Amino acid sequence: MIEALGYEFFRSALAAGILSSIVCGIIGSYVVVKHMISVAGGISHAAFGGIGLGYFLGVDPIAGAFWFTLGVATLIWGLIDRARQHIDTLIGAFWAGGMAFGILCLSLTPGYTPDLFSYLFGNILLVPSGHLTLIAFLCAVVVGLVALLYPALQAIAFDQEYASISGLPTRIFNLLVLLLIAVSVVVLIQIVGIILVIALLTLPAAIIRPFSNTLKGMMIGATLTGMFITTTGIYLSWIFDVPSGSTIILLGVTLYFLVLCYKEVIFRVKTPKVHSE
Amino acid sequence: MENSPVIEVRNVNVNFQNQLILDNVNLVVRKGDFYAIIGPNGAGKTTLIRVILGLTPANSGEIFLFGKPASLEGRIRIGYVPQHQMFDFTFPITIREMVLTGRIGKKPGLIRRYKDEDYHAVDTALSRLSIKFLENRPISDLSGGERQRVLIARALAGDPDILILDEPTVYVDTPTEEHFYELLSILSKSITILMITHDIGVVSRHVTHVACLNRRLYQHDTNHLTADMLAKTYGCPVDLITHGDVPHRVLAYHGDKP
Repeated sequence: MIEALGYEFFRSALAAGILSSIVCGIIGSYVVVKHMISVAGGISHAAFGGIGLGYFLGVDPIAGAFWFTLGVATLIWGLIDRARQHIDTLIGAFWAGGMAFGILCLSLTPGYTPDLFSYLFGNILLVPSGHLTLIAFLCAVVVGLVALLYPALQAIAFDQEYASISGLPTRIFNLLVLLLIAVSVVVLIQIVGIILVIALLTLPAAIIRPFSNTLKGMMIGATLTGMFITTTGIYLSWIFDVPSGSTIILLGVTLYFLVLCYKEVIFRVKTPKVHSE
Repeated sequence: MENSPVIEVRNVNVNFQNQLILDNVNLVVRKGDFYAIIGPNGAGKTTLIRVILGLTPANSGEIFLFGKPASLEGRIRIGYVPQHQMFDFTFPITIREMVLTGRIGKKPGLIRRYKDEDYHAVDTALSRLSIKFLENRPISDLSGGERQRVLIARALAGDPDILILDEPTVYVDTPTEEHFYELLSILSKSITILMITHDIGVVSRHVTHVACLNRRLYQHDTNHLTADMLAKTYGCPVDLITHGDVPHRVLAYHGDKP
């Protein structure tokens, strides 16, 4: 570990992992308790359209993904109430549509697209230091906004109708949450790639959920869990020379199943046995 | 002396997917009333409440709250107690935090932080419903009767002038239910209550007014249910087995079950 810390790229990777864990913990917890996993999945896959557009226009693909996902999130928000569609159907259209648009853009882009694979599957060991500043800034935005608006966000997540009768502008808050999900997606793409973003967003929250009685506690617990998963995953991927994104996710999935087993054991111990005649 | 109307529903019609849900409904609830609306499943009871709360738009008609056309200003004076089985009770929130969300309407703007007065209001509401001892428990731990009390505590935390309850006794066992109506009777001395229920038996002992809803509203302005009202509402002959003057139990004969 000490040896690895000597490398600049390894230190940036750890910093990116720790910072992104904060985003995962906060936004991921909200996504999990508000049952928005499919929405988050749609936004994250649609981000590929932004990556492709970035290549096509010759700008930084992450910048392309940033503006594109914010646009997709706003569109989803605008259509959710009006489309008279099952929300899943709408999400599916954005999910596949965004990816298809990205592929189209790439095919129209002359030349070779070298980093494409790392945008799809992530390569935290290649995060440029300029992006590290961006990640830190986006992290600060997420933490600041959620801390400031926590009572309202909590009330809306628990009971949106009651919150709207109480005069909270729930539609504006829902837009804000979708935009924050979009921002988180852009941060996480650089860590685990588009395909695995949804796992990193939801796993730490899902792992900590049985142990927390409050949303705030869940956000803090999921952040710490995320930090453990990402730093351990980065270290293991360096040791064994395997892709960091999939190592992080497999570590998270393993932890998640361990928690499920633990819950099952607790449930069996607590539930008295029924004797049949 | 007649008290001023706090809720007025005037000629309200609601259509949903070409089905008439509410047909020219008129309702006046006055300050101090303990008003019950009964009716079978699918009679439009929940829709009526949602229209009053502004959650469902009416196709025509008007709602007045506290003598003014319904607006946010009136609605934040209503404490709404929704059906508790509609909730995600696995949500990570403690009783205290959940009751505190009943105060969120008291704050203006986007940034709403809770202050001392909000925490005091929560303490009072929890004590009023004798659930102070539950305050730090997660809502996932509660029994049906406790869930109901927590939902009422949340409504009371906002210091409402009206309490609106949607089917409060569904999925609650009978002793809990009886206890619950006694609690409502006590609350009704200090607050106007509008309650919808399918529960004809218990209603008359506690409420001051009762109306029957089955797309149309049959208002009677007393707490007596008549066989005529019930027959209109349930669309079939209904027997009232009475204890004294008070209808106590209803046996309905449907066409296919003589």
